[in-house]
Amino acid sequence: MNGTARDDTARLIQRLVDGQRAALARAITHIESGAGLAPRILGAIQSAIDKARVIGFTGPPGVGKSTLINAVIRELRKRKKSVAVAAVDPSSPISGGSILGDRVRMGEHGSDEGVFIRSISSRGHLGGLSATTAQVIDLMDAAGWDVILIETVGAGQSEVEIAQIADVSIVVCAPGLGDDVQALKAGILEIADVLVVNKADHPLAEQTRKQLTAMLALRRAERREVPVLSTVATSGHGVDRLVEVIEDQYRDTVGHTQVRGPIKRFRYLIANAAGRQLQERLTTSAAGAMHEMCARVSRGELSVDSAARVLLDDLLK
Amino acid sequence: MTDVHKPTTRPIKVLVTKIGLDGHDRGSRVVAAHLRDAGMEVVYTPPWQAIDAVVKLAMEEDVDVIGLSCLATDHLLVPKLMRALRDSGLAHIKVVVGGIVPDEDEAALLDAGVSRIFHPGTSLDDITETITDLAGLSLAPNERP
Repeated sequence: MNGTARDDTARLIQRLVDGQRAALARAITHIESGAGLAPRILGAIQSAIDKARVIGFTGPPGVGKSTLINAVIRELRKRKKSVAVAAVDPSSPISGGSILGDRVRMGEHGSDEGVFIRSISSRGHLGGLSATTAQVIDLMDAAGWDVILIETVGAGQSEVEIAQIADVSIVVCAPGLGDDVQALKAGILEIADVLVVNKADHPLAEQTRKQLTAMLALRRAERREVPVLSTVATSGHGVDRLVEVIEDQYRDTVGHTQVRGPIKRFRYLIANAAGRQLQERLTTSAAGAMHEMCARVSRGELSVDSAARVLLDDLLK
Repeated sequence: MTDVHKPTTRPIKVLVTKIGLDGHDRGSRVVAAHLRDAGMEVVYTPPWQAIDAVVKLAMEEDVDVIGLSCLATDHLLVPKLMRALRDSGLAHIKVVVGGIVPDEDEAALLDAGVSRIFHPGTSLDDITETITDLAGLSLAPNERP
């Protein structure tokens, strides 16, 4: 990197921390591409983060996540909070391209300087987010936004990554999805800090709410209580209550676990990176031992789990 | 533009939108889908966008190219959008217009900084190629592949 580029990067970081939205937007582009300046930018902003509250919204496609976020933004703006949104949409598995359309539903905030919306392509990453969403949150935090709302791709049972990086996770459901409520049971339902039945003006809404409440009652007693709320995102009905409950859950989380914000995101990122590095070392430097384990598993001498344990014990000795 | 140049290894990001009062959005939808299939990340909006909203959106999304669909005299608003982009430090974003632009209005749009006008009959591949080239052009000379 030549001297000018270094100055430019320093200026970009300064403008980002000063809260200039164009600098935040450009920094996100660098983080998303993952190479080049990303490590330098992330290193420089670490001291500026840890102020924002991170709220995640997940749930099946079509339940109204974007519209609900639009209504939540409106409520937060009434309370004088600045709001940044990271809305993740899926990328095409064939072309890699994507249509980023979540912000279509957030159009009423299109000219509000107190709202920053960024659409993010998942770029092939599974789990409901993109590989760099956690770092995008860091940037938004460092840029001084009070509340950061994350919208996952339309999620089923395994898109539970949001719980690893959000301070409060909201699972949004809709009435009339029939067996989808059943499908939610074992997956994203378990990560919810708050459950929302959106489209509550639908005749089946009350039934859906009761089903969800009944499912929650079956959980182990020591687990924290999960409020089940009803909203109509298009009219804003129930959204003020939702924002209050999010605030309660946030206080509760911070009070109980002390693990929130960047520390929570780092824990997730470090664990992920460690997993990747282990996998890499097992398949490269420990290739000989791996080969032997494969042979022993195929002869039926060892289970896959035992083989993994032997390899890990060896590697970490 | 004082910001450091964008990284070169990433998908092209395009905003497909409509300004003005015309609501015929089939064309913009067809183009958006084709650009996605060409591997681009396409931020799509419905019609009737205000100019300040388009500027804010283009800034927040850090797009390389804006594609405007203009079918019913909305192209007359384009010079105003070009000024607004420049005033917000976004002169590096390339703008293309597709739809109905009468011959006598074409010069005014190009003078205002529009990179290319796609008339009826343009092939989707022509649009994709042009946008790919323009996205490359928006890079600094030392970053060109």
